[in-house]
Amino acid sequence: MAIVMAKLSESAIKKDPAQIAEKIKEKFPEDVVEITNFRDQGSVIVKKDRIVNICRYLHDEADLRFDLLKDLCGVDYKGKKEPRFEVVYTLYSIRHRHMIRLRAQVHENDPKINSVTPVWIGADWHERECFDMFGIIFSGHPDLRRILLPEDWEGYPLRKDYPLAGPEKEWQGFVEVLEKAKELKEFDWEG
Amino acid sequence: MVIDTSTVGLVEVEEGTKILPPNVIITTIDKVANWSRLSSIWPVTFGLACCAIEMMAVGAAHYDFDRFGVIFRASPRQADCMIVAGTVTKKMAPVVRRVYDQIPEPRYVIAMGSCACTGGIFRTYNTVQGCDTFLPVDVYVPGCPPRPETLLEAVMKLQEKMRKETARWSPWR
Repeated sequence: MAIVMAKLSESAIKKDPAQIAEKIKEKFPEDVVEITNFRDQGSVIVKKDRIVNICRYLHDEADLRFDLLKDLCGVDYKGKKEPRFEVVYTLYSIRHRHMIRLRAQVHENDPKINSVTPVWIGADWHERECFDMFGIIFSGHPDLRRILLPEDWEGYPLRKDYPLAGPEKEWQGFVEVLEKAKELKEFDWEG
Repeated sequence: MVIDTSTVGLVEVEEGTKILPPNVIITTIDKVANWSRLSSIWPVTFGLACCAIEMMAVGAAHYDFDRFGVIFRASPRQADCMIVAGTVTKKMAPVVRRVYDQIPEPRYVIAMGSCACTGGIFRTYNTVQGCDTFLPVDVYVPGCPPRPETLLEAVMKLQEKMRKETARWSPWR
């Protein structure tokens, strides 16, 4: 055990976000749109088409080794910028202890992106949540169903044009509960 | 011991309750039924959100719900009361209603916390705006979450309410 740990620490080289971003840009020059840095947290904004290749590269490359997908979420930039959606991948390397954030642009009229479950199996539920809340479709996902909301829910609540208190039409499951409560009211004790 | 009833007679200890010393008590069925009922309120073990943590604190040694005869039961079939402790989401509402329907009569509902009372801070698409939309609530407990003392007070309020009931034991009610 001690020997293995010593080996691991030998090969660990922590990189700055800027260095990592530079490596991504070198490898995928056509896909990188922009590199940003905010309070020492680097983001690489990329096109969505080769997202799995980029993730595979970040995961497999020996001096990057992003073996942990810390988070995967969606963002709706409606009225702020185009394209409307972004899928954010927050990556961390347990070996090298560095991190980077990938942001893939997704267009409103074709909200589709390839699933990264072949790279990190843990992306499964994150992608389902992202689909549930934003309606972004992850192609190649093994089981893309709603994860939080009921299966027959209509609409995607974290989209900025979704009404905060819900749409006019109430969810059918809750309507049924209200009807049942009304029906059983005659059995209540009135005192 | 022989008691001379001609000299002692019935002693009225409180309104509607008379005692013939040493061991005969005359009172109404209402009083006996209500008293036994309110002395052993068994709520169903059922928590929805952070209020449930506070409810557990009340059940634990420091505040000690058992003093009031309140013992949590893990089955609605053996419970008399439901403490709706926390935010009721629309997805959860059918389940809450079903648990309530499984509780045998007489049954009571305490809505614990702002969320259960009104929806609280969650004026959103997924939250029920007060569990009284689909449950007959007896006691509303404000707070986010309520202090344990507040929940104890709520139980005492419920006991007060139960004490005033008439003929709820009767099949002809």
